[in-house]
Amino acid sequence: MSPLDDTSSRNRRSGTIRLDLKLIADMVEPGSRVLDIGCGDGALLDFLVHEKGVDGRGIELSMDGVHTCVSHGLSVIQGDAETDLKDYPSGAFDYVILSQTLQAMRAPRTVLEELVRIGDRAIVSFPNFGYWRIRMALLWLGRMPVTERLGYEWYETPNIHFCTIKDFTSLCDRLDIKIDRSVILGRDNRPTRLASADRTANFFGEQGVFMLRRNGTHG
Amino acid sequence: MNASIPFRQPPGVAEAAGSVSEGTNRRVVLGTDRPMRLDCGVELANFTVAYSTFGTLNADRSNAVMVCHALTGDHFVTDYHPVSGKPGWWSMLVGPGRPIDTDRYFVICSNVIGGCMGSIGPAETDPATGKPYGLGFPVITIADMVRAQKLLVDHLGIDKLFCVVGGSMGGMQVLQWAVSYPEHVFAALPIATAARHSAQNIAFHEVGRQAIMADPDWCGGDYLNQGVRPHRGLAVARMAAHITYLSEAALHRKFGRNLQNRQAVTYGFDADFQVESYLRHQGITFVDRFDANSYLYITRAMDYFDLAAEHGGVLANAFRYKDGPTPVRFCLTSFSSDWLFPTTESRAVVHALNAVAANVSFVEVATDKGHDAFLLDEPQFHQVVRGFLDGCAEHRGLTRRRAATA
Repeated sequence: MSPLDDTSSRNRRSGTIRLDLKLIADMVEPGSRVLDIGCGDGALLDFLVHEKGVDGRGIELSMDGVHTCVSHGLSVIQGDAETDLKDYPSGAFDYVILSQTLQAMRAPRTVLEELVRIGDRAIVSFPNFGYWRIRMALLWLGRMPVTERLGYEWYETPNIHFCTIKDFTSLCDRLDIKIDRSVILGRDNRPTRLASADRTANFFGEQGVFMLRRNGTHG
Repeated sequence: MNASIPFRQPPGVAEAAGSVSEGTNRRVVLGTDRPMRLDCGVELANFTVAYSTFGTLNADRSNAVMVCHALTGDHFVTDYHPVSGKPGWWSMLVGPGRPIDTDRYFVICSNVIGGCMGSIGPAETDPATGKPYGLGFPVITIADMVRAQKLLVDHLGIDKLFCVVGGSMGGMQVLQWAVSYPEHVFAALPIATAARHSAQNIAFHEVGRQAIMADPDWCGGDYLNQGVRPHRGLAVARMAAHITYLSEAALHRKFGRNLQNRQAVTYGFDADFQVESYLRHQGITFVDRFDANSYLYITRAMDYFDLAAEHGGVLANAFRYKDGPTPVRFCLTSFSSDWLFPTTESRAVVHALNAVAANVSFVEVATDKGHDAFLLDEPQFHQVVRGFLDGCAEHRGLTRRRAATA
């Protein structure tokens, strides 16, 4: 399962997927090699394989997710990204995708470095903890927010490393990771006109989708 | 040692080269053009392999699935076994509409060389002496078994197998197929297996072999000429091995400490406990269908198996192909309570495949049934097999059902 409490990520029959996943899919060149980390029930991977003809692979921690994926003919291994990524050779994939999973990683910084090592590009999306509704919830209610997208109580959440868009971009800077593209999503997964560098993105974005690469690489 | 073992063709079992035969319990003589060289250096010429096929080979010969059997299995994979009268060992998985769907795929299963169900092995007659080979039979390896299967597949006129699938020792053969003949295998499905036999597993095999060799009726391996058979030793070997195929949870659920047909222990050495009675039954029924020397040879083949060894000790190197990853699509499956071939063994193969960025799926099935789970009713496991094959068939462009078959 995705660390976000959302099971309606895909409708295989109609070939449609959740809007934020579609945004990621739009960033991927058809026919490329893609590794989807924390691929859940395979919604995005299935879409990429069948609609964009990619050579897609996945890693998923949960047994149910892996069963669903493999039973649907997707190439997915049961594993932990934090221990398994080091096995892959550098440049093994055109794109490595980490969708809504960064905040569940024990060592998000190491994972980011691995992403841009094994993928020419890395596409990372995560919920923005600086989003104004979350700030308001903390400010007015004084409690950890439980929203539709972050549907866990603090004591049971798999999300252990929340960050804001600002935190994320400054970590990328420090790791010398270049942000090629960014899309800031507002309510209901709708893309805003904001860029990650905008002062207000960190306030109005509910989540961010970033395309990254190691500095010094181009293509 | 570089002797050539000729084998006189039994009457009525020859097949014309290139013909595709359907049906169960067939035999073919292989190594007729030139002998097959074994890892031990001996060459096998004109040797028999027993096999069965199910389903129909399609027009472009792209739907063949090779099923590899485990240590004590044979080619009676889904039909009734001629000795035990029981359904085939994988009848749940192989058949019309089953996960390995014989309406869609052409399934081939051969008795391994060294076996005792019709393929050349120590119980067969050595034409040079007119007597059974016994210990005169050359020591074989998993790679040798696969070489013989490759000759069989060539004989059937199939250039590329759609999939090679098998569990335990069969899984070792699957891995060997993918490494030896990457161009001739589209997909590989190794189940509950490992890239090498562990020290613990070699140790268990040695217990079995010593039990056989300690039986006075073994006669130094010459029992067939002496008119006896080492039933007791073979039964003990089977009993010990059978424990390793199960899990403590499975044994406990089945038997616990329940007594067999009695209210109290007898303070003796009868089979007081149900579990003892069960193991004795396993041992006794096994000797009816298996040859003791075959057991020695085949366990040895598993012991010698180490895929990394011939690739500089680096398993990943076994899966490199022309500066890139192997073209074979893999799906590995392990069972959570399997302590004979634990999940870590499958994971080691997955990691090696990842290291060359090969196309690999991996699933650990949660079950308390132990190693034997791959032979039992495990719906999740069956779904994985079906899903992986369906996905591969899509990539290979195989049509569903018989519509487009020859």
